[in-house]
Amino acid sequence: MDITYTAEEQAFRAEVRDFLRDGLPGDISDKVRGGRRLTRDDHLRWHAALNARGWLAVHWPKEHGGTGWGPVRRHIFDEECAAAGAPQIIPFGVNMVAPVIIKFGTEEQKRHYLPRILDGTDWWCQGYSEPGAGSDLASVKTRAVRDGDHYVVNGQKTWTTLGQHANMIFCLVRTDASVKPQEGISFLLIDMDAPGVTVRPIVTLDGEHEVNEVFLDEVRVPVENLVGQENKGWTCAKYLLTYERTGIAGVGMAKAALRHLKAVARRQERCGRPLIEDPIFRRRLAEVEIDLMALEMTNLRVVAAVQGGGVPGAESSILKVRGTEIRQAITDLLRRAAGPYALPFQHEALGSGFNEEPVGPDYAAPLAPQYFNRRKLSIYGGSNEIQKNIVAKMILGL
Amino acid sequence: MDFTLNDEQRMLEETAGRLVRDRYGFEQRRRHAAEPKGYGAAIWAMMAELGLPAVPFPERDGGFAGGGVELLVLHRQFGRGLTLEPYLASVVLGGGLLSRLGGEAQRDAVLPQAIAGETILALAYAEPAAGYDPFWIGTRAERAGDGWRISGAKSVVLHGDGAGRLLVTARTGGGTGDRDGISVFLVDPTQAGVGVRGYATIDGLRAAEVTLVGAAGELVGPEGGAAEALEATLAAGCVALCAEAVGAMEQACELTLDYLKTRQQFGAPIGRNQVLQHRMVDMRIALEQARSMAILAACSLELSPAERERRVSAAKALIGTAGRLVAEEAIQMHGGMGMTEEAAISHYAKRLVMIDHWLGDSDYHTARFAELPEAA
Ligand SMILES: Cc1cc2nc3c(=O)[nH]c(=O)nc-3n(C[C@H](O)[C@H](O)[C@H](O)COP(=O)(O)OP(=O)(O)OC[C@H]3O[C@@H](n4cnc5c(N)ncnc54)[C@H](O)[C@@H]3O)c2cc1C
Repeated sequence: MDITYTAEEQAFRAEVRDFLRDGLPGDISDKVRGGRRLTRDDHLRWHAALNARGWLAVHWPKEHGGTGWGPVRRHIFDEECAAAGAPQIIPFGVNMVAPVIIKFGTEEQKRHYLPRILDGTDWWCQGYSEPGAGSDLASVKTRAVRDGDHYVVNGQKTWTTLGQHANMIFCLVRTDASVKPQEGISFLLIDMDAPGVTVRPIVTLDGEHEVNEVFLDEVRVPVENLVGQENKGWTCAKYLLTYERTGIAGVGMAKAALRHLKAVARRQERCGRPLIEDPIFRRRLAEVEIDLMALEMTNLRVVAAVQGGGVPGAESSILKVRGTEIRQAITDLLRRAAGPYALPFQHEALGSGFNEEPVGPDYAAPLAPQYFNRRKLSIYGGSNEIQKNIVAKMILGL
Repeated sequence: MDFTLNDEQRMLEETAGRLVRDRYGFEQRRRHAAEPKGYGAAIWAMMAELGLPAVPFPERDGGFAGGGVELLVLHRQFGRGLTLEPYLASVVLGGGLLSRLGGEAQRDAVLPQAIAGETILALAYAEPAAGYDPFWIGTRAERAGDGWRISGAKSVVLHGDGAGRLLVTARTGGGTGDRDGISVFLVDPTQAGVGVRGYATIDGLRAAEVTLVGAAGELVGPEGGAAEALEATLAAGCVALCAEAVGAMEQACELTLDYLKTRQQFGAPIGRNQVLQHRMVDMRIALEQARSMAILAACSLELSPAERERRVSAAKALIGTAGRLVAEEAIQMHGGMGMTEEAAISHYAKRLVMIDHWLGDSDYHTARFAELPEAA
């Protein structure tokens, strides 16, 4: 057994670092590090920089313009990106719909959509959830009725992340209501500029606009936009959810957050002494750091196991549960580190063009909003309760 | 032992409870929050008309001589409605300190208006480098002729921006962390030497950063001897916050229980899942523990300082942790809905988590509890 990275893997890490030094715009990483809001353009610039290097589609096979990297390289890449303060890649196009199109799509669909995902022409969002279909995704009610060479779609999607920036949405729609729930679902690509599509913002508890409701009213969608077979959309849906799970532990992001926590604790004063010298706080910090070390090793074990091919199974649910818990624990400590300065709600200070003096230390403004925002980690992408149900069933056989 | 309220306390609960039920529904609260001062001016006037601000003051100040239990009763209702009015800032903290320390003339000059709700008082005690320690005071006051000149910076002063008078702690002797040498001053915030930068807090209240540059202040109480009164005032503030947390936890638990019974997934209410049932039970256990500690703290305000402080710190520590558990579980079990601004639950959750950041968090109070000597 040898848990060190190979020379080849270390060389790869150095290559990624070199790229990040020049390729990641400094104003963007400053925003990420400072916990400030990113604009649509910031995301597009970062995607373009990655695309220019051929590193945007880390999960795709080479023949479609991907990197063809194995899981270890993808892991190293994620870790270095997070460490450098790179924004997360918006996953809906690159990491979600693209693998489905590559696996189930027609040649025409591949030719049309994949290049547009790479060059940023299309911004995708995910239309799975509905007001009545959250954890129970198979109960989607949005209807698509065939009318000549179109589907006519009626229904409502919700929690659509960054839907306000998107021009395309991939949806689970019901094409047959007479069969078992999973069997009458289809996977449809919908142009958001089509008549009948309305996007309405949902403001979250931290005051941000990150999610939306999407209303579909008599929307006419060409039948060419069906991916896979009619009524077989559940296969696509599941494939999308399970296809790529190496990044699910969020180790890179947790490590970056932990570094930030230490920096804050060094600067934050308690009775004239840095908080990092406080024994209770040191202990809390140490505990979460140890948890993260264990998660990183668990993650690497899963990554190594799938290096030779295949995808991780229910192990990824373990990674999701623990990964989100640890990231939430770190944001909790960050909020607590700010002490009374977690209280001021400086919404404007998180945007661009704020040039007033912040209230309290300059790092304080995003900490409480982030803590509240990160509650989402254990809710979306299959809630942690649902993940545990999966582990109970698939690993424990209960 | 008797855990029941007496007739007067029951009436007080009825009055405050009715006010919150009738005037503090979630939509109404939103409207109050959008008012220029960040709270309902008419509601505040109504509270004053009902005599609520008079409750904790001694009779000599025109009050009803209410104690910890009265604070508990009132603030629990405030917590249920997530009220925004400056009761804690003006009555319990600012007014409380002035009443404890002030000479007759000072009390007569300020307290009647505070009790009438016409003047808001705020207690500026915390400082940027202090964390939660109220004795870590770098602000200094020096004699200048007949009066005093104060210089320093005060952080996150609850309702500091709407206050007509500030009560400012400053050092007239001793070193930064000492108990001795702390004095309190009445400061007019409209004078040139005072800078007040107001802002909203994430739990919906108002606060301010206050800077003092040679500001004139009127000494309240003995020079250098304010520590005891400050501690007693903050203890009353902790009781009020603990009670608010209990009220907010009750509502958060009710809303979540209701959601578990009504939200359908997989063809059944989500509350059918045992894992959620047990977690709802954990929330309820946390609530019962918090109730107990809020009562313990409320009934300890009249004890010797040593006993009082230990119990109050114990309560604030436990309630900080219990409130966070209830807040996090409530959001989680509400799923995506719990993340939204438009759902009441997210506001209860924010208040519960943030109560831990006012007047000392659970780490601060746990450490303090461990250090305070056990009373004989
Ligand atoms: C910030 C955010 C962004 C999102 N972005 C998107 C997006 O872009 N596209 C999209 O389609 N969706 C998105 N979602 C939706 C997300 O996937 C759902 O919120 C999630 O699936 C949970 O569904 P729900 O909110 O309806 O909660 P519910 O399913 O109603 O669950 C409520 C609670 O019950 C629990 N529960 C439910 N069933 C069980 C069970 N069988 N056993 C045990 N516990 C159970 C849940 O774990 C949860 O705690 C987003 C959500 C959030 C919060």
